[in-house]
Amino acid sequence: MSLWEYANPKKFLTTSERVLPYVWAVSLACIAVGLVWGFFFTPDDYRQGSTVKIIYLHVPAALMAINGWLMMLVASLIWVVRRHHVSALAARAAAPVGATMTVIALVTGAIWGQPMWGTWWAWDPRLTSFLILFLFYLGYMALWEAIDNPDTAADLTSVLCLVGSVFAILSRYAVNFWNQGLHQGASVMRAAAITGSDTEEKVSNVFFVPLMVCIVGFVLLFIALVLYRTGTEIRSRRIRALMARERAGA
Amino acid sequence: MRALLVRDLKLAFRAGGGFGLGLAFFLIVTVLVPFSVGPQSDLLSTIAPGVLWLGALLACLLSLDRLLALDWEDGTLDLLATAPLPLEAAVSVKALAHWLTTGLPLVLAAPVLGVLLSLPGPGYLWLVVSLALGTPALSVVGTFGAALTVGLKRGGLLLSLLVLPLYVPTLIFGAEVARRGAAGMELATPLLMLAGITLGTAALLPFASAAVLRVNLR
Repeated sequence: MSLWEYANPKKFLTTSERVLPYVWAVSLACIAVGLVWGFFFTPDDYRQGSTVKIIYLHVPAALMAINGWLMMLVASLIWVVRRHHVSALAARAAAPVGATMTVIALVTGAIWGQPMWGTWWAWDPRLTSFLILFLFYLGYMALWEAIDNPDTAADLTSVLCLVGSVFAILSRYAVNFWNQGLHQGASVMRAAAITGSDTEEKVSNVFFVPLMVCIVGFVLLFIALVLYRTGTEIRSRRIRALMARERAGA
Repeated sequence: MRALLVRDLKLAFRAGGGFGLGLAFFLIVTVLVPFSVGPQSDLLSTIAPGVLWLGALLACLLSLDRLLALDWEDGTLDLLATAPLPLEAAVSVKALAHWLTTGLPLVLAAPVLGVLLSLPGPGYLWLVVSLALGTPALSVVGTFGAALTVGLKRGGLLLSLLVLPLYVPTLIFGAEVARRGAAGMELATPLLMLAGITLGTAALLPFASAAVLRVNLR
């Protein structure tokens, strides 16, 4: 029993169909519990007031935005090396989900930033690199849409994903450099306010436990959406093949 | 290899407009900036390094879609792919030709346009140095984008969407060198990073471009 068995579309479909209801149920339950818990049963932060509660959407979405690209990278690599169609389709299916997560992270970040920093948007390294990540998602999806031949599209987009990953990491550090070079003083407070370290180390358990529940929920939601969308892609590919055969036969 | 380079250069010089177009675009963008932000010379001198870098970048982008598209249409690319010269080398030569016909003129024209934007005195040297170091990376990355979109009917807009995010690191470090040079600050770090990006992309990206081109020629 190896992982590669699921490269068979049929095997993939039957298994994912069996698993999907549970993943949906657990993920939605986790998100519901985490959000309700976070919104109504945690105390307000003494400095940030009730605005801190947006963390339960913001952090999981940001996490999945990055991990979504990572998953696309792995799936693209598998396609390039082993040429399993399911893998290429999974990468394609993940892109809009990841892009949506990026938008959620950016929007909730803006809503959070308005009362806290007094601005919707600042050219902070983290914010900027997320915006760039969003641009990468857009380019990737646009390339998928633009090419008719599915195999060519899979090849080209996976190379783009590999090259794009390198450049995304490069941009991440370039942006870090650029901002510190620009306004040294202002970024200290902001960096301290949003670096990941204060969510994990400084956040007390009261906030941390519901946050973890939300994160688990978002991870499962991402998996469910990707499995579902991959199944859709496989079926649409089948329909296209059937129609082509019918035209050729008739 | 040399024959291919000479051929590309000749085509760029002779086949109507391709050569001067990027330069003219650079000039026009630079001239439009004072119209849009106002003629105060202190404001202009602050933003001059960034504007000149952005203008050079856009001028590079403008000429990318004809980089491979013409050779794709008349079948030259198929010949190149079957030639004894590896496709990676052919792509590198294409990028070099693109830089010689687009990047180098931009580098040489930039100081003149710097005068228009009242660039501070020490900035000229570093503007030229940063552009000379950075524009090869723009050409190489652009060749990758052009190879990705070469088979598409309406690749132009998609090409910009794909290539512009890839230009971010080069733009950041390049403009930073020019800005620090204009302000008389220490600039070794961004300069080295810029050189590193250029050398790294020139060494590695031709492999990706050639791989993509092979897929497109299949």
